[in-house]
Amino acid sequence: MDMLNLYLLVPLAPLVGALAAGLFGKVLGRTWSHRITIALVAVSFMASLAIFQDVMAGHLFNGTVYKWMASGDTSFEIGFLIDRLTVMMMLVVTFVSLMVHIYTIGYMQEDPGYQRFFSYISLFTFSMLMLVMANNFMQLFFGWEAVGLVSYLLIGFWYTRPTAIYANLKAFLVNRVGDFGFLLGIALVLMVFGTLDYASVFANAHNYVNDIAPIPGLSVGLLTAICILLFIGAMGKSAQFPLHVWLPDSMEGPTPISALIHAATMVTAGIFMVARMSPLFELSETALSFVMIIGAITALFMGFLGIIQNDIKRVVAYSTLSQLGYMTVALGASAYSVAVFHLMTHAFFKALLFLGAGSVIIAMHHDQDIRNMGGLRKYLPITWITSLIGSLALIGTPFFSGFYSKDSIIEAVGMSHLPGSGFAYFAVVLGVFVTAFYSFRMYFLVFHGEERFGKAHHDHHGDHDDEEASTDHHHGLKPGQKPHEPSGVVTWPLILLAVPSVLIGFITIEPMLFGDFFLDAIYIGHDHHALTEMREEFHGAFAMALHSVTTLPFWLALAGAGSAWFFYMKRPDIPAAIKHRFEIIYTVLDQKYYFDRFNDWFFAGGARAASRFLWKFGDVKIIDGFFVNGTAKMVGLFSGVMRGLQTGYVYHYAFWMIIGVSALLTVRTWFV
Amino acid sequence: MIFGYHLLSVVIWLPIIFGLLVLATGNDRNAHLARVIALVGAILSFLVTIPLYTGFDRMTSAMQFVVREDWIVRFNIHYHLGIDGISVLFVLLNSFFTPLVVIAGWKVIEKRVAQYMAAFLIMSGLVNGVFASLDAMLFYVFWEAMLIPMFIIIGVWGGPNRVYAALKFFLYTLMGSLLMLVALLYLYQQSGGSFAILDFHRMPMPSLNAQILVFIAFFMAFSVKVPMFPVHTWLPDAHVEAPTGGSVVLAAIMLKVGAYGFIRFSMPIAPDASHYLAPVMIALSLIAVVYIGLVALTQADMKKLVAYSSISHMGFVTLGFFIFNAYGMEGALLQMISHGFVAGALFLCIGVLYDRVHSRQIVDYGGVANKMPVFAAFFMLFAMANSGLPGTSGFVGEFMVIMGAVKANFWYAFAAASTLIFGAAYTLWMYKRVIFGAVANDHVAHLHDIGTREIIVFSLLAISVLGMGLYPLPFADIMHASVNDLLVHLATPKVLN
Repeated sequence: MDMLNLYLLVPLAPLVGALAAGLFGKVLGRTWSHRITIALVAVSFMASLAIFQDVMAGHLFNGTVYKWMASGDTSFEIGFLIDRLTVMMMLVVTFVSLMVHIYTIGYMQEDPGYQRFFSYISLFTFSMLMLVMANNFMQLFFGWEAVGLVSYLLIGFWYTRPTAIYANLKAFLVNRVGDFGFLLGIALVLMVFGTLDYASVFANAHNYVNDIAPIPGLSVGLLTAICILLFIGAMGKSAQFPLHVWLPDSMEGPTPISALIHAATMVTAGIFMVARMSPLFELSETALSFVMIIGAITALFMGFLGIIQNDIKRVVAYSTLSQLGYMTVALGASAYSVAVFHLMTHAFFKALLFLGAGSVIIAMHHDQDIRNMGGLRKYLPITWITSLIGSLALIGTPFFSGFYSKDSIIEAVGMSHLPGSGFAYFAVVLGVFVTAFYSFRMYFLVFHGEERFGKAHHDHHGDHDDEEASTDHHHGLKPGQKPHEPSGVVTWPLILLAVPSVLIGFITIEPMLFGDFFLDAIYIGHDHHALTEMREEFHGAFAMALHSVTTLPFWLALAGAGSAWFFYMKRPDIPAAIKHRFEIIYTVLDQKYYFDRFNDWFFAGGARAASRFLWKFGDVKIIDGFFVNGTAKMVGLFSGVMRGLQTGYVYHYAFWMIIGVSALLTVRTWFV
Repeated sequence: MIFGYHLLSVVIWLPIIFGLLVLATGNDRNAHLARVIALVGAILSFLVTIPLYTGFDRMTSAMQFVVREDWIVRFNIHYHLGIDGISVLFVLLNSFFTPLVVIAGWKVIEKRVAQYMAAFLIMSGLVNGVFASLDAMLFYVFWEAMLIPMFIIIGVWGGPNRVYAALKFFLYTLMGSLLMLVALLYLYQQSGGSFAILDFHRMPMPSLNAQILVFIAFFMAFSVKVPMFPVHTWLPDAHVEAPTGGSVVLAAIMLKVGAYGFIRFSMPIAPDASHYLAPVMIALSLIAVVYIGLVALTQADMKKLVAYSSISHMGFVTLGFFIFNAYGMEGALLQMISHGFVAGALFLCIGVLYDRVHSRQIVDYGGVANKMPVFAAFFMLFAMANSGLPGTSGFVGEFMVIMGAVKANFWYAFAAASTLIFGAAYTLWMYKRVIFGAVANDHVAHLHDIGTREIIVFSLLAISVLGMGLYPLPFADIMHASVNDLLVHLATPKVLN
């Protein structure tokens, strides 16, 4: 079989599914809609597996599918680049997507928009695959915006909820701010290199190391400018500070998509993109430094916010932000393979955590407030165990997948010498404690302790955000009602995701980080030897886990989990006291550092005010009022005067004649 | 080919003949007959334009399908027609829209049906004449004649303030056109007695000042039509008062003739003045993109919003022209085509809502998706196209122009790319308030979804928008030779020093 057909099958199968469920959903009905979409995503996954084998056998591919457009002497093409980085992403995307498709049967079973939902998630899978399989910048941008579109549609899936349609507009616009930079970066690439094809751009990049960017008024290195502009795109999509504001709000969407889009795949597109662009980023230390600092800020400060959230999904959302920050830091430290490695492990355990949260939400009848939960481990054993696995992986427990990736990031950052690496190291190490603390705070509040559900009146003395979020969707359990484990379509994906959450790190760390798994897909400059040094110290996955017990991150994680237990199980009065004592800090965290307030006031409000001013003053008053209607009035005035003179009486005309003649005579006698 | 030599004549006169035929059905007792004849005429008129595409020779930049007959011999004026890679697509676009407008007005227009349909058919023929004229006087006749049906459409079938809007539209555009006539007479005299546009192109114009004056005279005519900032204020008024069909044709077709004028007259006739004045033109274009993009944000009237969005999108067209490179030029032309589809579709969407609720105010809606899911899906597609989403036609032109602008100056591209944010903001914010949310009031609660007739119209537009977005090559291919030739021409100075 021609390999190109197999490559095409991977993205096109979900597209066909999306079209079938989207256009003919009514005819197909619910059952056939999910059967078709799931089968086609499964086909896509199997094809990806086949391609994986083929790629591991050494068959790479870089070629055109069709010519999209041509102009001047440039042609813009749709094409695939199939290398090991691509194929790894393809597997992650199709596997998580398949799990989420199956899970959706259970999660959305009562929803009237069932077929529409399947159509959207299949369309998302298509878009994401086009993004990772692209062999040029334009197609990357295509996929980039297409996943943004589906994210928009899915966050606003429950379009009657005011919070959901606020959140999806916000997500789209914030992403557009990132894309604004991204597109300018692409434009600079096209201008300088004359092509958008990855291979030719990467091959020629080193010729431009000393060039200055063609930006009048700024003297920045060309590659620095390109990389920072491209990274601004990544900041939008991968929710990096200060463009992170959309991600917590995106939790308004149904939980399956929070797992698929806002945790496992789409938000990692920025990480993938930077790893893909490693031949460019490696040539600009300024850009790398910038990347690292942004990542560090995100990793630490977004983690803090996770501590005070009470909505189960928002805790996981802030943890996602923080973990994306870790990946970004790794990119900045030139440890691209480590970032991608963490991307992969995170995809599994974070999808697991989200789907676990979704399972809890189903059992709680759509009450998402962790203060109303507690003791659920008795009722939801599978969810309990799998969520525990996810949490352990997240905080970096030795032997779990998250341990290998996160520990490698910390090590890589420790070996970086770029400006800002000191701060970044501090942020990622302290972040370990924070991660463990909020993860286990949530874990204990949900699964252990007193059973707080089933009380008729929940008192909402919490942050006003989840109240808003839950007003019309919040039923909760009735008094005396007990939660019970959802059906197999929900629990099986949890189990299937729990397996890689435990094992994938142990199995793949050696080939991915220290072996030649990525071959030439990732390029690392000669002076950046964090990975080389790590390789010297690496003595197998088992030894690494054992050794970790003697390192600081391990004890920080333990301390984090331990203090979560102490504060929320043993002495729940202490957090309350702290909240009172340090009201200011609490308020700042509760207000998410006032970013939303500021953006609403300055950007949204400012744009509206500018709009009204320009319209009322510029268009209506100056142009229309003064020039257009003013001209009309002048003409009217002038003709009015002229009309007044044309009376039709001969003696009036004779009178004016006499006046005229005398005036002329006067002029003649006096002035000549 | 069936009509051979006369093909372009048929393209122009067939819709006009059908228009007269429709008029002959008389008053509203024969309304149904008028509709049927109009639809048949519109479809036939579109079908006859297809050979223009299939028979088009892509290798040459020369005029094709040329018709040349004497007309007014004394002044050396000819009935001279022909199209090249630049004009061919606009003839097709225009003819494509006529059947859509006829179908869209099928039930909605109940008074003076024959006259309404006839006005559109006749206008369609006249617009084809504008794009196909190679004689400046013939062009001028079509150019001015085209105003009349539009004036009537707004003035007769328009909203409550239609007379003000129609007059504003007419006077605004007429004022500009008169200066163009002066320029044409000057060129006639300078060229030694020719009105052939191609002679004007080749004619030496060694004085930069003369070029600048000619450029400004044309600018007066064309900038109003585009419309460019600051002569754009007639457009929102005209759109608000025009009936749906009028808005569709105004946005999809009428605005294009202004931009077309720039590349058919101003730039090739006065290339040095074009270069000299390019900074001004670019500044005006960028003001259109940014300033108008902002103004669109807080419009309360959906039609005004889309009208402002049109001005902002047309800013990309003039920007693309005056950066003098292939990306910009082709991007601008593609943007013109795409804007035709997208703005036309958006006005049709607003028309669908207006037909049912009789309001264009955003506040009168909310939660329409609950009642009209199919409509909401189409509207979403067109809204996304208006926001320039890749995969839709709206992306192609903007992308190319931004790619071209960065070559001229990074900051041009920077300002232009802000449309990524503003375009999405005003379009999707409107969409959110109209379509999403809970059912807002009784009017919305009683809405019924679009029917077959409307689905056909929207499907044709959706296919165009997606087709052009996913595979723009056929659109770009046909214009390469002409655009390259034009760029070479523009790079050759007429001023000698």
